[in-house]
Amino acid sequence: MAIDIPRLPLGDWIEGGLDYLTTQFSAVTRGISHVTQGGINSLNDALMWMPAWSLIALIALLCWRMSSVRLAVGSALGLALIWNLGLWDPMIESLTLVVIATLVAVVIALPLGILAAISNRFYAIIMPVLDFMQTMPAFVYLIPAIPFFGIGSVSAIFATVIFSMPPAIRFTTLGIRQVPKELIEAADAFGSTRSQKLVKVQLPLSLPTIMAGINQTIMLALSMVVIAAMIGADGLGNEVWKAIQRLRPGDGFEAGIAVVILAMVLDRLTQSFRKTKKAQ
Amino acid sequence: MSESQTTKIQVRGLSKVFGSQPKKALELRDQGLKRPEILEKTGQTLGLSNISFDVKEGELLVIMGLSGSGKSTLIRCLNRLIEPTEGDIIIDGENIPKLNEKELLQCRRRHFSMVFQNFALFPHRTVQNNAEYGLEIRGVDKAERTQKARDALKQVGLDGWEDAMPSQLSGGMQQRVGLARALANDSSVLLMDEAFSALDPLIRKDMQQELLELQHRMKKTTIFITHDLDEALNIGDRIILLKDGEIVQIGTPEDILTNPADEYVARFIEGVDMSRILTARHAMRPVRATAREDDGPRTVLRKLSENGLDSIYVTTRERKLLGLVDADAADQAAKDGEQSIKAILHDDFPRVGPDEPLNNLFAMFNEKSRPIAVVDENQRLLGVVVKGAVLAELAESGER
Repeated sequence: MAIDIPRLPLGDWIEGGLDYLTTQFSAVTRGISHVTQGGINSLNDALMWMPAWSLIALIALLCWRMSSVRLAVGSALGLALIWNLGLWDPMIESLTLVVIATLVAVVIALPLGILAAISNRFYAIIMPVLDFMQTMPAFVYLIPAIPFFGIGSVSAIFATVIFSMPPAIRFTTLGIRQVPKELIEAADAFGSTRSQKLVKVQLPLSLPTIMAGINQTIMLALSMVVIAAMIGADGLGNEVWKAIQRLRPGDGFEAGIAVVILAMVLDRLTQSFRKTKKAQ
Repeated sequence: MSESQTTKIQVRGLSKVFGSQPKKALELRDQGLKRPEILEKTGQTLGLSNISFDVKEGELLVIMGLSGSGKSTLIRCLNRLIEPTEGDIIIDGENIPKLNEKELLQCRRRHFSMVFQNFALFPHRTVQNNAEYGLEIRGVDKAERTQKARDALKQVGLDGWEDAMPSQLSGGMQQRVGLARALANDSSVLLMDEAFSALDPLIRKDMQQELLELQHRMKKTTIFITHDLDEALNIGDRIILLKDGEIVQIGTPEDILTNPADEYVARFIEGVDMSRILTARHAMRPVRATAREDDGPRTVLRKLSENGLDSIYVTTRERKLLGLVDADAADQAAKDGEQSIKAILHDDFPRVGPDEPLNNLFAMFNEKSRPIAVVDENQRLLGVVVKGAVLAELAESGER
């Protein structure tokens, strides 16, 4: 005795919505696509133009200045291994995508995070949205990216930004809300305007927390950039993807190890930014 | 000393209700209900109820009460860190609760500087930049605010520490920075919220003393919150005693000690060390007999024997104290046929001002067996303190 409840056409609705958006805003999406592609190309070209050894030296120097000799040596060895494996170019492509996606994500996340810290109403709205963004399986974002921006790197950036943005927003909000109440009172008592309070007290004091959020964003961006190979993004993910299709576990692991090395260098380096800021 | 001063702030009928239905709570208050009943009936907390007082220009007004008495709420209502529910706060003709956001900002910048219990220094700014904060947000140019902040740091004894971070300083020094930040701002009123309560007792005493000196120098109108009666009595020109959001008594430290308004105040002052509060004025007795500077030794001897004394103060006609003559010296001078007592006058006795605390007098008794002369600022003899009188005064005030 089956009860015949009609299936809710949720998917159809979403598709309809997406179709509408694609057609209505095609000019906008094409514009975004153009600009983003330009950004990707120029950064990629710049990094490719530098000889591998010089970039390795530069990163090692940065690690040494920001953190320790150990990190500098480790980074240099790791990056040299990637070079040696012939994965330098895909690594640079992945790095480019990570850098661009992180920049875009942070530029959007900071104001949203600040707004959520100041306004309880906005906080109540955005927190469930962030939960949604973070729990939705990452690949799903790849699908609507294609009708918007076509196959390739721009779609990868789009999906990556959405996937990696939540921690930057959350940590910004958290950081600002964690500023001790007494300091806010002090700022108010002396007659600070809202923006003075933000710039002179709240943001500087929440910087370590915000940097932790950006570190998370970078890590998520890297993982998404690899997955985005499925929709034609270049880079290390693409090497893994090729290895899957050709059933060559050796190649797959080589590319995978390169991802791990890149992740470790990025993670340690951004953590050291955070620590030096804190120590000041 | 405060009668001639003009009024700086007038607070009239100030009330604060914490909760969503303040009107309801105030209605019940007007029907004569107290805080606990109002809380029970409406769920609203009556933080302050119908507070009225004046703050005089240049005075150090202490608002004191136990935790929950509403003192922190009261000080925060003054600059609207907490919004008052009803009432007027008038400073230089402006009614603070009626100001819009922009006017409030200006009012806070012009009139109020605040010092906080836990210092509330900005940890990411140097000592110098902390002291500059108030000026910086007002848009004072760099050179001027650097100078003013430096001056303020000097006032509190922190020159040389400009480039340190707050975390490098001890608690007492941090609060000096807090004080400098408030002073640099050059506002007309200083609000101090339990400013010394987080400091250990010795440093606290020092800070109180320094505040008094500073206050004496700068004549800045200061409202000081504390839960410590000793502190209130030590620094306050006047004290407002607060209980359950209502004023119990307003008066000078002496008013409060000698005429406690009710049981609550009386219980409060029970624990006070009276020897620090009572002064020479309380224990002194009138001088029974004095000699004149032009008296001869025989006259002096007669006055001594008439009054049963073994020494006598010598004063001018205007009662300016010149010195002391001992009986045996007068006797010797009379035998030697001297006509004047000037040669046997001596200064070998303690003298104090009328405001000298009693506990300082004890030490003087230990050194000398002589009574202590109490003189005013023109060295006129006001009275004399003997050891027994000090003890009697202490015993008496302990019973009150």
